[in-house]
Amino acid sequence: MSLVLLRRKAVNALASLLSTLSAIIALGFLAWILATLISKGAAGIGLAFFTRLPKPPGELGGGLANAVVGTVLLTAMAVAFGVPVGLLAGIHLAEFGRDGRIARTIRFVSDVLMGAPSIVVGVFVYALLVRPTGKFSGIAGAVALAVLMLPIVTRTTDEMLRLVPGSLREAALALGAPAWKMVTRVSLRAALPGITTGVLLAIARVSGETAPLLFTALNSPYWTFNPAEPTASLNVTMFNYAMSPYHDWQQLAWAAALVITTGVLLLTIVARTLRARAR
Amino acid sequence: MDAVEDNAEAAEVERGAGTMSPSIPKRTVASPRVDRGFRSLALLGAVIVLLIAAAIGVTLVQGASAALLSFGPSFFTSRSWDPVLQQFGALPSLLGTIVAAALALGIAVPLSIGIAIFLTELAPAWLARPVATAIEVLAAVPSIIYGMWGLFVLAPVVAEDVQPWLTKHTALLPFFQGPPMGIGMLTASVVLAVMVVPYIAAVARDLFTMVPAPIKEAATGLGATRWEVVRSVVLPYTRSGLIGAVTLGLGRALGETMAVTFVIGNSHEIGLSLYAPSNTIASTLANEFTEATGDLYLSSLMALALTLFVLTFVILALGRMLVAQTVRKGAA
Repeated sequence: MSLVLLRRKAVNALASLLSTLSAIIALGFLAWILATLISKGAAGIGLAFFTRLPKPPGELGGGLANAVVGTVLLTAMAVAFGVPVGLLAGIHLAEFGRDGRIARTIRFVSDVLMGAPSIVVGVFVYALLVRPTGKFSGIAGAVALAVLMLPIVTRTTDEMLRLVPGSLREAALALGAPAWKMVTRVSLRAALPGITTGVLLAIARVSGETAPLLFTALNSPYWTFNPAEPTASLNVTMFNYAMSPYHDWQQLAWAAALVITTGVLLLTIVARTLRARAR
Repeated sequence: MDAVEDNAEAAEVERGAGTMSPSIPKRTVASPRVDRGFRSLALLGAVIVLLIAAAIGVTLVQGASAALLSFGPSFFTSRSWDPVLQQFGALPSLLGTIVAAALALGIAVPLSIGIAIFLTELAPAWLARPVATAIEVLAAVPSIIYGMWGLFVLAPVVAEDVQPWLTKHTALLPFFQGPPMGIGMLTASVVLAVMVVPYIAAVARDLFTMVPAPIKEAATGLGATRWEVVRSVVLPYTRSGLIGAVTLGLGRALGETMAVTFVIGNSHEIGLSLYAPSNTIASTLANEFTEATGDLYLSSLMALALTLFVLTFVILALGRMLVAQTVRKGAA
């Protein structure tokens, strides 16, 4: 075997080794992170976590029930604000705007929004809603999360609707259906599985976001059912507790981390199963 | 805009948009008023998207104006960040953002491409799918988890094992000197890299699977080894998409807050050592925004937010332009 051939084979072997090593390193980090999460978080999970309010550091027996409720509240409001607007925008882009100049501008702007860092969105909502009114509120936090969801839902709706074949639309129109009925009963219904997947993935992503909530919804150690007041959330609580010097607070932070991650992963799995089943 | 249009057209043809019917009539005979209402509603949704983006720009500029007007362009070159003396400069945070992102990408891009090559070329089918799913799980984990893991698990390991080892073996380089505290630019870059790898790897893998088998087989038929096929066929073919993927990862790395804030150390100092605590724009905002006293302090923070927004926008726009350019040159 010539020297050149040996060298080429050696380079090939080296490249294969490095690629496999990369995969092993990535998997190693994943296993490390998940193992840390489960080992540190599982100890704090229990009935108390979901039913008790946080206690001052040093007192045992506290939980994060208010934060769990707050996170659900904030996410629900974010969905209520962001999903309808995103759906409508996506419908306009796919059905009415098509490739006109307005539609292209809106797609470009939507991409810009999607790339905006989440903390910048938090600063924006602070300047828009918190500063003029003088108070932090759950609504401001939900708006920040909705702004993060909006471009994702818009783009997903746009792309899923575009995948619906034109013949279905023409058939509906030819049968005398009004345009609005055609869009809702035919196009949307055909694209619904894909859109649902996209919305679920957007919710999963948004429920893990902390930065936009830091100075909009703030946090609270009490029950927060009024969206016009600062609202507790698991994410901001994790941020505060993990950086604190108190061991029981850090324990709660890890438990909260496990809860959030489980929720996000479950949502992602459900979304992907929906997508796989639709195919 | 030409490049964007060409790219949009190419994407259109690819998507088979020729199957979409001609424009929906503005007013059908069946129910003209409801149609008009529905159209307007959809347009409203689209306009709201535009308005929000514009509002972000306007609000940030408005909020930052006080600081930018009083400090002028020296805001971006000043190293001081002193709330007591009310002297604010963006350079430490800005430099920290760029350095952290650059280091993170330097670690993440080779790793991601390696993973993508492993998934598409090396792994047998029964292995490729679970590994790919595992990578996607990495991407779905919220970034605050990375930050917490970095602070409680990685930082001690770095402080006790990695940093002393590096200091001993790289005595001539100024980058790895200093007290081994565990938190600092080095740990932050590693955490950021681990966070960014799944995104770039997922896109790269999708790109690699789109390379048509015939041209790969042609290379193999001419006697190329597996690596040579990757190097001479797969990588050039997917070059534009890879640029887009790296740009996406860079955009994420620049704006990432939670993964970085826990481990970067929160210090407005510039130095050569990677062990030193540092700051990024995102971590400065996260740490100091709720404690900002005085209008000038707050305005300076908003100026930082504006800088980050513009920076991410420029990087993402540049990436799209680069992708469109390579598409036009016919490379991929």
